Amino acid sequence: MGEKIVVPFGPQHPVLPEPIHLDLVLEDEKVVDAIPSIGYIHRGLELLTTKKEFTEYVYVAERICGICSFIHGQGYCEAIEKIMNIEVPRKALFLRTIWGEFSRIHSHLLWLGLAADAFGFENLFMQTWRIRELILDIMEETTGGRVIFGSCKIGGVRKDVDREMLSKMFKILNNIMEDLRETTDVFINDYSVKHRLVGVGVLSKELAYSLGAVGPMARASGIAIDMRKQGYAAYGELDFAPITDESGDCYGRCVVRIKEIFQSIDIIKQAISKVPDGAIDVKVTGTPSGEAFVRFEQPRGEVVYYVKANGTKFLDRFRARTPTFANIPPMVSILKGADFADVPSIILTIDPCISCTER
Amino acid sequence: MSFLKKSPWLIHYDGSSCNGCDIEVLACLTPVYDIERFGIINTGNPKHADIFLITGSINHQNEPIVKNIYNQMPNPKVVVAVGICATSGGIFAECYNVKGGVDKVIPVDVYVPGCAARPESIIDGVVKALGVLEEKYKNIKKKDHH
Repeated sequence: MGEKIVVPFGPQHPVLPEPIHLDLVLEDEKVVDAIPSIGYIHRGLELLTTKKEFTEYVYVAERICGICSFIHGQGYCEAIEKIMNIEVPRKALFLRTIWGEFSRIHSHLLWLGLAADAFGFENLFMQTWRIRELILDIMEETTGGRVIFGSCKIGGVRKDVDREMLSKMFKILNNIMEDLRETTDVFINDYSVKHRLVGVGVLSKELAYSLGAVGPMARASGIAIDMRKQGYAAYGELDFAPITDESGDCYGRCVVRIKEIFQSIDIIKQAISKVPDGAIDVKVTGTPSGEAFVRFEQPRGEVVYYVKANGTKFLDRFRARTPTFANIPPMVSILKGADFADVPSIILTIDPCISCTER
Repeated sequence: MSFLKKSPWLIHYDGSSCNGCDIEVLACLTPVYDIERFGIINTGNPKHADIFLITGSINHQNEPIVKNIYNQMPNPKVVVAVGICATSGGIFAECYNVKGGVDKVIPVDVYVPGCAARPESIIDGVVKALGVLEEKYKNIKKKDHH
């Protein structure tokens, strides 16, 4: 039994693309406690509702986070639409679904790359990000942006996607399947990857439930929750089931995300075959009055939006409870008892998105 | 900038960006954009770095960290502010916790526009920074000579 020492982890650290600070209390090589401190990216954007009109605020909502940007914009729009009782055209709902799933694929591929980088597999990082660029190309062609899209607006979407482009999407998705399978097989089957991930940072089903884990973190521990099953946007008309794993370790979380990439491709294909013709937006008049809760599934898990409007152009309150915030308590609990060398893998496998968390 | 005597390394720190510019900085390193062809690699250690890429604006919590990283870098060094937030605060300029652009706390040499900044413009900014680095290197040498 050695003496206890404290090793600071972050805010500037090679495995962290974003700043979070952890004080790791170590006993020899074992972590006995982890004390997170956040606030490095806090901007206070929720209070911007008092300075930007509710139609303008869509752009601020998108910029809560640059990785899950589309779904943040969509969530905000849907909350306002709920308050104002706006009937969004079906085509717009399908396009939102398609773009949302493309963001999920891009986010999961981004995460796979960062995870590979964290356990020291540089080549795999490069390969996954190479595939990710193909997804970003589709996004750029249809929305105009690579990471921040601005294509969602209250009452519909801003840009139309024609049949030709939809069939092009279909083709590109078919083409990347083989590439994707080859790269993700390395994560699933490679001996050294397994060596780093199997049995590391195990989160039991009970603990995941009681600490309120969400998204792939909860699903990898055997809890089948997926907000898309509520049927928002066009998800009600599409056929899919939440992907779960029983292991609850870093490897399980990795496998769940890989399966979700293929699931998203399948959802997009289903949606493309069902996209109706028609208008993409309705005219929005007046100002919202009332309040609404909306729950969406981000790539990282469940996100909750709360909007309170008072009948003026400026909202009373906008609140987002983001998935990473919910996943920090489970992360801290699995860090306790872990080896110091496994800390980067464990932190990375919750897929931390700090700018979501701190807003 | 005709040629470089050495391979400049860069360090990246995320101020309070929304991640948009952040992941575009990482995208620069990957095969499609491949900034490594200029001999540039992303290091995690400020003491190894010549170029400081910073995304996002300055707030009260990250101000000492940005200063700390900057002070640990050896001379000559170049600071590149990536994206509109790092330049002026951008869309978040009116937020209560945002102090403004990076130039509020450390001197900035190159500003890269965009929200989010595109990889092409980030690479453009870094290449400009190489010229500034060369210039600063010459000035240091001149000083030593006299």
